[in-house]
Amino acid sequence: MKSKFSRKSFLKTGLFSGATALLGSLITGTPFSRSQQHSNDKKTADPPNEKKPHGGMSTVGLVDHKRNGFNPHEMLTDWDTGEVSQLPNGQTLREYEFVAIDKEIEIAPGVFFPAWTYNGRVPGPTIRCMEGDRIRIHFINAGSHPHTIHFHGIHSAEMDGVPGTGPGMIEPAESFTYEFDAKPFGCHLYHCHSSPLKRHIHKGLYGAFIVDPDPARHAEHSDIARSRLLGSEENESWQEFLIVMNGFDTNFDNDNEIYAANTVAFAYQNEPIRIDRERPVRIYLINTTEFDPINSFHLHANFFDFYDHGTTLTPTREMIDTVMMCQAQRGILEFTFEDFEPGKFMFHAHQSEFAELGWMSFFDLVNNREVSV
Amino acid sequence: MSKWSMQKLPKWIWIVIPVALLLGSIALFLATNPLKPLGVVAPPIEEVTVERTILDEEGIHLTVRVNGSEPVRIAQVLVDDAYWQFTQKPEGPLTRLSSAKIDIPYPWVQHELHEITIITSTGMTFSHTIEVAEPTPEWSIQRIAAYILLGIYIGVIPVALGLLFYPYLRTLGSTGINFLLTLTIGLLFYLLIDTLQEGFEMSQQVAGVFNGNLLVWVTAGVAFLIIFALGRRGGKAPEGLSLSTYLALGIGFHNLGEGLAVGAAMASGEAALGSFLVVGFTLHNLTEGIGIAAPLLNRKTKFRTFVFLTLLAGLPAAFGTLIGAFAYSPHWTAVLLAIGAGAILQVIVEVGTYLYKNTETKSWFTVSNLTGFVLGIAIMYGTALLVAI
Repeated sequence: MKSKFSRKSFLKTGLFSGATALLGSLITGTPFSRSQQHSNDKKTADPPNEKKPHGGMSTVGLVDHKRNGFNPHEMLTDWDTGEVSQLPNGQTLREYEFVAIDKEIEIAPGVFFPAWTYNGRVPGPTIRCMEGDRIRIHFINAGSHPHTIHFHGIHSAEMDGVPGTGPGMIEPAESFTYEFDAKPFGCHLYHCHSSPLKRHIHKGLYGAFIVDPDPARHAEHSDIARSRLLGSEENESWQEFLIVMNGFDTNFDNDNEIYAANTVAFAYQNEPIRIDRERPVRIYLINTTEFDPINSFHLHANFFDFYDHGTTLTPTREMIDTVMMCQAQRGILEFTFEDFEPGKFMFHAHQSEFAELGWMSFFDLVNNREVSV
Repeated sequence: MSKWSMQKLPKWIWIVIPVALLLGSIALFLATNPLKPLGVVAPPIEEVTVERTILDEEGIHLTVRVNGSEPVRIAQVLVDDAYWQFTQKPEGPLTRLSSAKIDIPYPWVQHELHEITIITSTGMTFSHTIEVAEPTPEWSIQRIAAYILLGIYIGVIPVALGLLFYPYLRTLGSTGINFLLTLTIGLLFYLLIDTLQEGFEMSQQVAGVFNGNLLVWVTAGVAFLIIFALGRRGGKAPEGLSLSTYLALGIGFHNLGEGLAVGAAMASGEAALGSFLVVGFTLHNLTEGIGIAAPLLNRKTKFRTFVFLTLLAGLPAAFGTLIGAFAYSPHWTAVLLAIGAGAILQVIVEVGTYLYKNTETKSWFTVSNLTGFVLGIAIMYGTALLVAI
């Protein structure tokens, strides 16, 4: 809304402070020259701000995860390994069914977003497999618009899930089966590549595609590879979490009103992620934020090693506490809180704006090996 | 039905029957939804307007009014692009036209700008800007006195000073008087446009459902007609003292609007250092006094009368500053400004009529008159520059 008094252009009257003295002397001590009084006693008093709480930065109320059908706390660890079987050549086959569904989701308490989803959730299912596995995804479009699944990874043109090649966009009520070998190992993502692209992605059609390294193929770092391999003994000791950094433009002005880790604003601030201080932490971090070129992750009171795209077994950056990622960039973070006092440790986007618009979280460090998320 | 039975029916039945049929057809329309084949599924249109802002030690307090085809739910509130805790009274969804208080415990910063965004359950956003944060004044005798004094400075004093030209103006001949009257029309013309424009600006902030612009036009038109009819209730156009009185009334309404703007600006800190403006207004409004004096030049006038005219034209500014500072609401302000515009139009018509009747040759469209008219506008425009920074 514009200034109420544009005609008289009251703004910027500060230019005329000299004239204030003129009239101030005419009407001495009366409150209508009170602006002077206020600026004078600002140093000593400034009472309005002293008492005011600075800790009210949060949404009001709670999101109904049941109604949403997904819970950001469960999303942290619900790896989807698919229907597993063996192909005749001995290769592991993992089969998934993805259904595109229009669904209204609650992204902050009381704020509903008309999302497009894979399997009714944002982000979609977290595909977790091993390098070299055969991946087969039966995609059914039950939504109201043409959609695709475009996987980041190595595959044929036919399987790229973009308009203009292979099956192109899959029309509503149609289906297609994407199939390829999982490679390279790393922390990847998939998303809809229909046009208009921005809208199809930001509406919620994206998810994590995590390819664990095959220890047999990485003899020089086989211990590290095993620690990443879901189900291995070495992997058991790690606390692994998926965090998809995303945002929502609720009023369609190409600017996000809500930023989040795993969709729900302030989900891990309102209910911190419990971690066992004895065990190392590994975070699969993916940036799917639309409209802003970058997002970031900052860990408080600690530092982490970073594996850009997760495609290496040795860190690409060591001892950092902030990482910046462009759209679709992702990586693996490894750190430990061993020997730390129990307590709450923040992590958030280090764009303050994003943090205050929902991408603000806590780890709750506890002394318990049996901690469950 | 035979002619006989028609005549037997009481007359009032011809009110009852159409009304009953009307209600019946509305009920039928709502029950059968005949628009369904059109395939129109209109999403609920939401509007949230902030009508009043109070800043105090507890934080920011807003009065909002909502409009929507379905109840509007305020889901979250952002201040300066950060989600912030708030409470809403009354709670729950807000039905069409209802209003609610939103209390936000936000540590606002004095003299700085704050942007508040309200997000509804559908994700629609409505923003409201606090241009310069200042604590909202609380009632106190001293403060009320100060606002009245402020109103007297911008309203009463300049009109009184303008009327002081009266003895000199009386020495002018009829050409001089005519010139002065056209000058008055010129300055009134400026005030008319200016008042309307302010009314429209104000109507931007009025909740959409009140239809701000239309409200200003219609109110101005009706106000004009009522005051015009009042002025001519004796069967002829007002002249002399009664014309001056209407002039003072019209200018009084304008000054009320001016006072509202200044008071609200002072209270919200937008004119925190605006003493210069007071000086500007005083000069600007001086011409109003000269205008009021013009119809009185060829008759004797008592001192009391001048006092009365001064107060009628100037004192509303004092009410304006008070209302503006303590009880600000955009739709009432728009209505008051529109009444002012109507009143000023009436005076323009009546001064024009007076001028026409008193010109013997009936050729009142002269160079001298036109010069007066243009000069009147120029003076107002020129002095307005003093308050436009």
